[in-house]
Amino acid sequence: MTKRQKRMAAIAALLVGLSLAAALGFTAFRKNMMYFYTPSDLLAGTTKVGAKLRLGGLVERGSVKRGEGLSVDFILADCEHSLPVHYEGILPDLFREGQGIVATGSMQANGTFTADEVLAKHDENYMPPQVADALKTQDGKHACAPFKSVNKVEAAK
Amino acid sequence: MISELGHFALILALGAALIQIFVPAYGVWKRDPRALAVATSAAQTQAMLVFFAFGCLTWSFVYSDFSVAYVAANSNLELPMVYRVTAVWGAHEGSLLLWVAILGGWTLAVSIFNRRLPADITATTLAVLGTVSVGFLLFMLLTSNPFDRLFPVPLDGKDLNPLLQDPGMVIHPPMLYMGYVGFSVAFAFAIAALVSGRLDSAWARWTRPWTTTAWLFMTLGITLGSWWAYHVLGWGGWWFWDPVENASFMPWLVGTALIHSLAVTEKRGLLKSWTVLLAILAFGLSLLGTFLVRSGVIVSVHAFASDPARGVFILGFLTIILGASFLLYAWRAPKLTSEGEMTLFSREGLLLINNVFLVVASASVLLGTLYPLLVDALELGKISVGPPYFNAVFLPLFAPLVLMVGVAATVPWKRAKLGDIVRHLRVPLIIAIAAAIVVPLYIHGHAPVAVIAGGFLGFWAIVTAVQEIWRRMRAKTTLSAGLFGVPRGVWGMSLAHFGLGVWALGVTFVSSYSVEKDVRLSPGQSIDLSGYEFRFDGVEPHVGPNYDSDYGTVTIEHHGEVVATVHPEKRLYRATQQMMTEAAVDHTPLRDIYVALGEPLSEDASHTGDWALRLYYKPMMRLVWLGGAFMVLGGVLAATDRRYRLTRAAEANVATNSAVV
Repeated sequence: MTKRQKRMAAIAALLVGLSLAAALGFTAFRKNMMYFYTPSDLLAGTTKVGAKLRLGGLVERGSVKRGEGLSVDFILADCEHSLPVHYEGILPDLFREGQGIVATGSMQANGTFTADEVLAKHDENYMPPQVADALKTQDGKHACAPFKSVNKVEAAK
Repeated sequence: MISELGHFALILALGAALIQIFVPAYGVWKRDPRALAVATSAAQTQAMLVFFAFGCLTWSFVYSDFSVAYVAANSNLELPMVYRVTAVWGAHEGSLLLWVAILGGWTLAVSIFNRRLPADITATTLAVLGTVSVGFLLFMLLTSNPFDRLFPVPLDGKDLNPLLQDPGMVIHPPMLYMGYVGFSVAFAFAIAALVSGRLDSAWARWTRPWTTTAWLFMTLGITLGSWWAYHVLGWGGWWFWDPVENASFMPWLVGTALIHSLAVTEKRGLLKSWTVLLAILAFGLSLLGTFLVRSGVIVSVHAFASDPARGVFILGFLTIILGASFLLYAWRAPKLTSEGEMTLFSREGLLLINNVFLVVASASVLLGTLYPLLVDALELGKISVGPPYFNAVFLPLFAPLVLMVGVAATVPWKRAKLGDIVRHLRVPLIIAIAAAIVVPLYIHGHAPVAVIAGGFLGFWAIVTAVQEIWRRMRAKTTLSAGLFGVPRGVWGMSLAHFGLGVWALGVTFVSSYSVEKDVRLSPGQSIDLSGYEFRFDGVEPHVGPNYDSDYGTVTIEHHGEVVATVHPEKRLYRATQQMMTEAAVDHTPLRDIYVALGEPLSEDASHTGDWALRLYYKPMMRLVWLGGAFMVLGGVLAATDRRYRLTRAAEANVATNSAVV
């Protein structure tokens, strides 16, 4: 091979490698992509049973019930609808009734959402930004019952 | 009064930084040595002013001056002194001040150590650093002034975020920032090379110690961050592919590529424009990291406030800096000609492949981090990709890298013979394969394919690094002559590669043999996990300086003997009413036992009820951080190689001759 041919071969090999990496990357990306939904979205029924997704909303006051072992049931709601959630494991430090969380998991045929993971990362208004966005709140001050006055309740404590 | 002085110092620093840009720029343009000389004094003045401002804010924290809004928001009378000092960088405004102060430190170092370089190179470098300074000083003064006053003055502050009240947090941010900001020096050198059109091996030799130093601090910062997350976030993981972690990992990957391509540029005069591009990218990603963390576009423990004006400012600054650099690059880079021919099967060829892998890895992290943000900004829905994506992409990219680490050190520059390489690497290959099968079988009794593969990679990097040192030492007559005869640069390289191997071993063992269990236990009850018996001895109330906690006791037995008694805690910080899990870890070099308190499960508030507990058994966990520590140590050795100091004497002559170009 001449020098030029060698260089061309090297560049071709590089390009093949890069496109292979890109293809792998995008496939992995597609496979592991999860969409974010609110309880209203899920009840509208456009998602498949068993599909992995993220569900965000507010934990309804008085809805947290502990069961056997570490299992826990609670109701996650946005301003219009609510959805029962089942979870087995340790809830995060920032999990509290009346506040926003994001749960990762899937819908079951019986209409409950089974969470594999519950996240409660949030800002000073006790709202994960996706949840705040989905509820169309301003400055996290959501006005719908039963969460009417998260901020006031916190202030009154 | 003190805070006004600090504010005033920042404004003066902005003025000094502007002088630091424009006068030297004029000097470079007109070839005026007097104007070039201004760069050094302006830079030093600017650095001192920023240090002074930093001191003022620290003073306000130490003396709890709650009339300063930032202090009131992040400190408290009950806050222990050490955390009052570290609270300076505990939130947005102060961490920017830390950024600028560290940039001042780097600028000062450049102005001192670069005295012997050609005057125009020093002046351009300092002017570029000044530009970065101006950007951040303006950002602080216009959108996030840490010295803003608060009226009426509150009686007590709101307290520092409890997550940050941890020894790991005391030094993680400064170290990481040393790395982020340190890449600005490599960037400034790259711009100076483009402006002057001189990019030779002398340039690479000036740039290398700076880049290595920035890299080692970044490695240290990331390692500390990982260690902190393991202890404080209470999930027992050491890496979460959180956007903030990715923000620091991307510049690290590109910075690693830069270190290697600088070696090629220095030794062989090749890959010049590629090296310059990497220097620009590494700093660009550092800025992007700052943008991601500071703008509030992502949610995490690091995202303090989401003020859109701030995000827009950093994004604008990023666009200007990168846009201008790429324009300059497109204009000047074609003039940087290589001095030799490149063959693929040689050390430089393998280093080029290493660079491609590192950059592609960085790009895949960038895709996973930015694409969800982009989709959200375009209102196409809210998506996220989790750790499975990153693991799936990262593993196939990283495995060949570690393989090459072992090969590249033995492959000579210019041209290699396959036969020689095979002969050299035969023994390490056999040792690595044998160790990868025997060690897991001996410790755990079973060895899945994934462990053998990962273990092989780890042992391969370790054995070849040791062999490299051994090969060089054997050439000398006595052991001590051998030890001292090996150049520090080679020690540094081998140690860093050794660290990579140790890290790979740690990751392999932790991810394959960890046992994790969330359980419900009542006081006195025991549970078995991987041959360890955990007895929950209940929880007692405990009062800390600024928190109240539930102080648990867990006794761990192994083969009937008590190995450890650990105390996981659940703290409630009084000022913020924030709950924090303080995990308890018992560790030996070979395994970690990790116990965290979940939550009380019984309805009544007494301390005798059931608790949720998180129990982990993690073999070889320490190796993950030990590997990072070895890499840092390798960086220290490489950056302090005498080669860089000896050449200064030679450069002194160059400098006097070419002071007026």
